[in-house]
Amino acid sequence: MTDNSLPATKMSARDVHVYYGATHAIKGVSIDVDQENVTAFIGPSGCGKSTFLRTLNRMNDTIPIARVEGDITLDGENIYSPAMDVVQLRARVGMVFQKPNPFPKSIYENVAYGPRIHGLAPVKSDMDRVVEQSLRRAGLWEEVKDRLHDSGTALSGGQQQRLCIARAIAVDPEVILMDEPCSALDPIATAKIEELIHELRGRYAIVIVTHNMQQAARVSQRTAFFHLGHLVEYGVTSDIFTNPRQERTKDYITGRYG
Amino acid sequence: MNEHTVKVFDDELGQLRGLIAQMGGLAEAAIEGAIQALVRHDLEAAAEVVQGDKRIDALESEVERLAVQLIALRAPMADDLREVVAGMKIANVLERVGDHAKNIAKRVVEVEQANHIEPLSVLPAMATVASDMLHDVLDAFAARDAELAASIGERDRAVDDFYNSLFRALVTFMMENPKSITQATHLLFIAKNLERIGDQATNLAEMVYYAATGEQLGERDRMDTISGK
Repeated sequence: MTDNSLPATKMSARDVHVYYGATHAIKGVSIDVDQENVTAFIGPSGCGKSTFLRTLNRMNDTIPIARVEGDITLDGENIYSPAMDVVQLRARVGMVFQKPNPFPKSIYENVAYGPRIHGLAPVKSDMDRVVEQSLRRAGLWEEVKDRLHDSGTALSGGQQQRLCIARAIAVDPEVILMDEPCSALDPIATAKIEELIHELRGRYAIVIVTHNMQQAARVSQRTAFFHLGHLVEYGVTSDIFTNPRQERTKDYITGRYG
Repeated sequence: MNEHTVKVFDDELGQLRGLIAQMGGLAEAAIEGAIQALVRHDLEAAAEVVQGDKRIDALESEVERLAVQLIALRAPMADDLREVVAGMKIANVLERVGDHAKNIAKRVVEVEQANHIEPLSVLPAMATVASDMLHDVLDAFAARDAELAASIGERDRAVDDFYNSLFRALVTFMMENPKSITQATHLLFIAKNLERIGDQATNLAEMVYYAATGEQLGERDRMDTISGK
């Protein structure tokens, strides 16, 4: 019997292994990422959470010695199949990095870049609409609407990060991957990003890697704990933080690790 | 149990457990003291129990202060979080146990002639069962011993049986000796105080079980029922 209350799976990984040369970085990870939920990956440094995140839009392809085994699907479609267009994949599965990395161009151009290369908004008025909508969704519009042609790099760190989120949103992705998106930001800028994640939830499937367990607890509905390349535990965030099933999860989240 | 990377966190959790153990010890002593004062009609000892309750109240505030500080400064998670929350609730229940002991002590002065009432002799035994439950539930908390916590609720039946038989005996006594109604009513209230302490020890056992396991004691019973155990 199918339980209709179960959230729809957006991305699915089965027995995924990642090798960097001789190093076995990810060891047989299987996980389903929900459409409706924010999923947080937590774990100590070197546990493989960022490496695994990067398999979800084939960012590891850019590392020559990296090798990925196993199946990863997006809406049931194998993203490592030869038929998959990687550029198209990365438009569907966008990414926001640890350090805000706007292009050294205007705010407008930062957001317009993606839609332009993907041919999404051929007419200028369409592009204006896409830029405004993306900046609005990223919670940045009110702060920058009067200076869209100033350089993106002149913004504060928190604004730059929201600009990067606007840039990711502009190509109308289905999934947004965030790798430590707040680690370079102060608490107020962090709170704005967290609020933004909350607002974006539902429209996009969101996966966030974070070192900050409180952040995982605050923003996510599902939490996955990685350790030494293994997925140790994956579950409802409130369960993971109040009643983890695995001893290793408990030791990590209560600060007894190591 | 591994230590926390931040050692002062362990110190503070230890402090919290220490305060609870202290409250529990004082509450047990208050029950014992109140019942002894009653049996011996020792007004001075009764006054000491009443006075001593202030110390239990002060410790409850101390536990609350420390628990709030721990949550704010250490952001406890998982079993640590459950323990801190349970600690705060346990302190609240122990404060009420102290109040019951105080209420018993306050009645000592009223039951001067109570020695003539035979059912009085049962009260110390009843108090011992309730007080032992309290003692064991605090041991279970200190040791995070879920099995011990789970076993305590059953013993509340003995306390309830004591109460029911005392109730019948005292009502009979009152019907036969109408002059004793005031005295016997005081004893009935004392029996009720002890019965409540048994209930509270049972509640504490549920809190300790949850803190230790993350499951509600009732849930486990239901699961046992389903699986036919």
